[in-house]
Amino acid sequence: MDMIASCNPTDLARLGQVRPRHESTKGAYDQHLNMILGDVEEIVTTVEIDDETYEEIVRTTRRTVPFLFVRGDGVILVSPPLRTA
Amino acid sequence: MLFFSYFKELVGKQVTVELKNDLAITGKLHSVDQYLNIKLENTRVVDEEKYPHMMSVRNCFIRGSVVRYVQLPPDGVDIEILHDATRREARGG
Repeated sequence: MDMIASCNPTDLARLGQVRPRHESTKGAYDQHLNMILGDVEEIVTTVEIDDETYEEIVRTTRRTVPFLFVRGDGVILVSPPLRTA
Repeated sequence: MLFFSYFKELVGKQVTVELKNDLAITGKLHSVDQYLNIKLENTRVVDEEKYPHMMSVRNCFIRGSVVRYVQLPPDGVDIEILHDATRREARGG
């Protein structure tokens, strides 16, 4: 299961993805899309515009967390694992 | 309800709460309520150099709506029980 969350849905300058590193990881969730994920990797992508050249500077930071509770109000989309075989 | 019950089980354990303003606070979970408001004891801000005004804060109440993540202690998570509870909750509504 992949999960993309952001603190502010209209602020695409900060986009965080939280995804279990193994697709078989079981999770728990409720109707608000609060969820607990195991063996998580968070990938945060920030886009900044250079003041002078107006070039986009894309930065990606990654970190891993063993168990993470994610509050549902920040969730934008949840992507189930691909069905293989 | 599921996560309220779950967090009640976690009282007394060490957790890190990350807020939507990027502040991250570690502390012992003192209590939690139905809105997932959280009380922490013996708190420490993860990046103290960035938030020096938080250095003297040792206890705090966090409004549930400003929480982005809670990092959980690995021994406080029984994923099988949670998985079953999720199924029950989804069935029962």
